[in-house]
Amino acid sequence: MPTPAQLLQGWLRRQLPGDAAGWLEAQAAAVGGAETDRALFLAISLVHRRIGKADLALSAADIAAAEATRPGWRPAGWSLDQAARIFLLLAAGGSPTRFAERLEQMFATADVGELIAFYRGLPLYPEQPRYVQRAGEGLRTNMKAVFEAVAHNNPYPAEQFDEHRWNQMVVKALFIGSTLYPIEGLERRWNPDLTHMLCDYAHERWAAGRTVSYELWRGVGPHADKAAVDDLARVLDNGGPVERQAAALALRESPHRDAASILGRDPDLAAAVHGGRISWDALAAKHSAPT
Amino acid sequence: MTYIDPHIHMLARTTADYEAMAAAGVVAIIEPAFWIGQPRTSVGSYIDYLSTLVGWERFRAAQFGIRHYCSIGLNSKEANNERLAEEVMQILPRFLLKEGVVAVGEIGYDEQTPAEDKYFRAQLELAKELNMLVQIHTPHRDKKRGTSRSMDVCIEHKLAPDRVVVDHNNEETAQEVLDRGFWAGFTIYPGTKMGNERMVEIVRRYGSEHIFINSSADWGVSDPLAVPKTAQLMRERGIAEEHIRRVTYENALKAFTAGGQMAESDWLSPPAIDQRTLFEGNSVLRGGQEPRIEGKRTKERMLIE
Repeated sequence: MPTPAQLLQGWLRRQLPGDAAGWLEAQAAAVGGAETDRALFLAISLVHRRIGKADLALSAADIAAAEATRPGWRPAGWSLDQAARIFLLLAAGGSPTRFAERLEQMFATADVGELIAFYRGLPLYPEQPRYVQRAGEGLRTNMKAVFEAVAHNNPYPAEQFDEHRWNQMVVKALFIGSTLYPIEGLERRWNPDLTHMLCDYAHERWAAGRTVSYELWRGVGPHADKAAVDDLARVLDNGGPVERQAAALALRESPHRDAASILGRDPDLAAAVHGGRISWDALAAKHSAPT
Repeated sequence: MTYIDPHIHMLARTTADYEAMAAAGVVAIIEPAFWIGQPRTSVGSYIDYLSTLVGWERFRAAQFGIRHYCSIGLNSKEANNERLAEEVMQILPRFLLKEGVVAVGEIGYDEQTPAEDKYFRAQLELAKELNMLVQIHTPHRDKKRGTSRSMDVCIEHKLAPDRVVVDHNNEETAQEVLDRGFWAGFTIYPGTKMGNERMVEIVRRYGSEHIFINSSADWGVSDPLAVPKTAQLMRERGIAEEHIRRVTYENALKAFTAGGQMAESDWLSPPAIDQRTLFEGNSVLRGGQEPRIEGKRTKERMLIE
């Protein structure tokens, strides 16, 4: 099976014009096992000039190959410069310690485009647990695009974050007006504390007269206690059309003993969620901007 | 009308300024690395400053649909702290080739000391090595001689005049800068530099070839709307639209696109990846949007939601 670096190399070689592809191959050869990191620093900075920012063109087979070589890796939506930068990082190689120290230096002087690329590459770096602090730094940013490079379409958070960091990430996604559906591993990492934080956040928004993202309720169903089920009832009774569908889905997923009877108050919605005509995926496709 | 402000220190400005600039038609800005009002004491704070210019500040501008570029360099004031200056020179190459870094700048003279001269020349050599443009800060004191000397040194280091922007000109320096073929920047900054009525007269006298204006707005009493306001004043005083267009947009574009790091297409048709990440929605594509009405904005300001 090809390595992620080999896949990236193949995709880039296939799509880039000859001179750009040649430049990239030469840089990859020069940075591999180099004694100093100077060549790598310069090459990574030069990528935007030499490679450009067109979208990385991937087929369904490419996406499947990515998934096979690194489960959860989703390069759909990457651009050529991002792919090339991560390819060069991987080509520089070295021991996992050297790799991590070098990357940390590069994060310190990165521009916005480099930050997004380096965070998107998280699932491909050696000795994965080394990057938890760095990924946490990415979540602390005020740059939405950088936050989403960590949080969205990235298997790293669900695999490596403890519950506290994970919960902070999910709530922050809502807080900054981002979306939840591109977060990998959402379903398996819901937890009672997160449910509590989400309901608290909804109450804070309601008190301020603000709207609440329908996605918030997705994290409430699986671990809803009495108070949370009451919140879902409130949304089902008083929410807008999309929120009500979300509340119905959450009630359907809730094991709480009151959930079924509350959902039964709206026989049409109940039938729709039981019949699979409403789903989180369908709501996301219809009501969230693509990311 | 759309405008470029090719010299402004946004790090010292608020989001309200960005909003007002976007509403007034500013589509692109250049932020030269400079002194921040308080001397830096370590290379670490310099690294963070330069990282902010290529990172956070670029994102902040993008939120308002404004394209942010910068120039990177060791400024003349801090060149006098030689220990710091040596360390900064070591890290500059890590920033100069980054995306959107349009020039080495702003560099030049402040007090015209030997240390300033040494690092000015070292950075001109760096610009030559990396094939970059140069953005020059001319001094407040002994300005006329300092400006001549800046150009002499550029020529001595074999830089082409049309790849060097000489900034903060006035009535005393304009003729020589234009005669020698450098780009002449004029800073509309109350009190210490040009006022915009004087600028109208400069354009009447010299025309619009090789001339462009900027605000240099920073942490001092300055105006981030200096470029659109001066354009408006020129219009009211009967300057032809083609001249206004040149000094508030076209010439800056021409001067800085020569470095290959800035292009009109950046804001007219940004790459898909930038639209997905940096320029969400259509904020950058303001062409099709309703112009914002000043009165409405003021009213919106009353309510903080």
